Amino acid sequence: MPELYQLRCRECGKTWGNEPRSFCENCFSPLEVTYDYDSLKKSARRDSLAGRDFNMWRYSELLPLPAGYVGPNAVGGTPLVASRKLGREWGLKNLYFKNDAVCFPSLSFKDRVVATALAAARRFGFETVGCSSTGNLANAVAAQAAQQGFDACVFIPSDLEPAKVLNTAVYGARIVRIDGNYDHVNRLCAQIADRFNWGLVNVNLRPYYSEGSKTHGYEIAEQLGWTLPDNVVVPMAGGSLITKIAKAFRELVTLGWVEAKPVRFFGAQATGCSPISDGVKRNLSRFEPQKPKTIARSLAIGNPADGPYAIKQIRESGGWAEDVSDPEIVDAIKLLAETEGIFAETAGGVTTGVAKKLVDQGRIAANETTVVCITGNGLKTTDAIVGEFPLSDAIAPRIEAFEALMDAQYATVHAQALAAHKA
Amino acid sequence: MPVIIEIPTAFRRFTDGQPKIDCSAVTVAEALNELTAKFPDLSRHVRDEQGQIRQFLNIYLNEEDIRFLGGESCSIKDGDRVLLVPSIAGGCSDSPSCVD
Repeated sequence: MPELYQLRCRECGKTWGNEPRSFCENCFSPLEVTYDYDSLKKSARRDSLAGRDFNMWRYSELLPLPAGYVGPNAVGGTPLVASRKLGREWGLKNLYFKNDAVCFPSLSFKDRVVATALAAARRFGFETVGCSSTGNLANAVAAQAAQQGFDACVFIPSDLEPAKVLNTAVYGARIVRIDGNYDHVNRLCAQIADRFNWGLVNVNLRPYYSEGSKTHGYEIAEQLGWTLPDNVVVPMAGGSLITKIAKAFRELVTLGWVEAKPVRFFGAQATGCSPISDGVKRNLSRFEPQKPKTIARSLAIGNPADGPYAIKQIRESGGWAEDVSDPEIVDAIKLLAETEGIFAETAGGVTTGVAKKLVDQGRIAANETTVVCITGNGLKTTDAIVGEFPLSDAIAPRIEAFEALMDAQYATVHAQALAAHKA
Repeated sequence: MPVIIEIPTAFRRFTDGQPKIDCSAVTVAEALNELTAKFPDLSRHVRDEQGQIRQFLNIYLNEEDIRFLGGESCSIKDGDRVLLVPSIAGGCSDSPSCVD
């Protein structure tokens, strides 16, 4: 029985069956997984999801998994948070946050892509898996490799945030620190995949890896009641996630699981590394790579592999791209935490900050359904907000000391309110 | 010492298996033209119909992406290395920049 999915070149359309390869030998362009949608329309039924747990495996028929593959661990199934305060503040009636900050097992959306990559790694017989990473991917590979019995070797820029390094090391993965930025690390990994027989999830397993991102999109549609949103704001590093959410929505329309409707895609980057948003805003035919300089390390990819496709997706959808400065990122992390109780990493600050900019620019209308995609947990990038919250002096363990503190704080607040009133 | 063009594994079937090609060009553009003149089958994988370097092919001059050096018109001198790297995967396994 032929498989329901295989690799196909995104440029020349040549198909390659299923193998650990990421580029087309005919034209050296990227490959992606394509599906037999005609068969899936008959065999994949929306109503069969009802009895399944709410995690990414409920969409197994739409993922590149070997027949009968059972997801070894719960991944995804994250909350879609209806905004209470921030939507009101921004004048948006239907604002949501897709909260992969609490994705399982390693608290970022990368758990989704690693899940599908490791299914492929198992199929192809790899014993060692790895990746080039700005942090979250390394965490996810290390965690799931430990769960599933793979050896893991991850490659990271040497100056990665300490929390992210610890979050990988604790699972027992081998960590190789590279004296360079992510683009240097990625290029080295391409050479290592060439030489060693390892399953590098975002190199020689990349087409299978990237399909996991679709589940972020499937869940959004299902959580909105099998309806597509009007707008999606998506952070962009390599540019894959935004294109895969779009693919997920298209597939749901093809299968008849949701009604077709136009969805505008908005890309979010840090100003200190904004090749894709720059390409969109300046209407470039090709993006210009940049040397990253931003606290948003998880988005610090100066030469994004899916950049051309992300730009195309944004333009064709009638969306836009924006970017925010490092101070704006920090403010947005705090804003999201203080208004919605969501503590996002710097990428989440980027996406929230960009969403605010888009609202200010009038690109997002009040009544539209808008989903802001939060992709990683704030505990991973605490160094970005260290110093934002000076500690007060400790008080003696006596009620009088606490009462004095309250009096002093009330006096301060009262004086501030008075000053503001007079101004 | 001449300029060396380093060929990724994926492209070596077009260069009779040779991983490195010497050339005497003074710009990256000239080096690429020398390469494709010598190995015409490589030509369509290096440049598109408009003559631009293909979108998914990265060119490095001594570890630096040429897009940071002004593009293919940037100058090269004896002893420089020009690396062709398909952007998604593939590099030169025998490059000195590889981890052994």
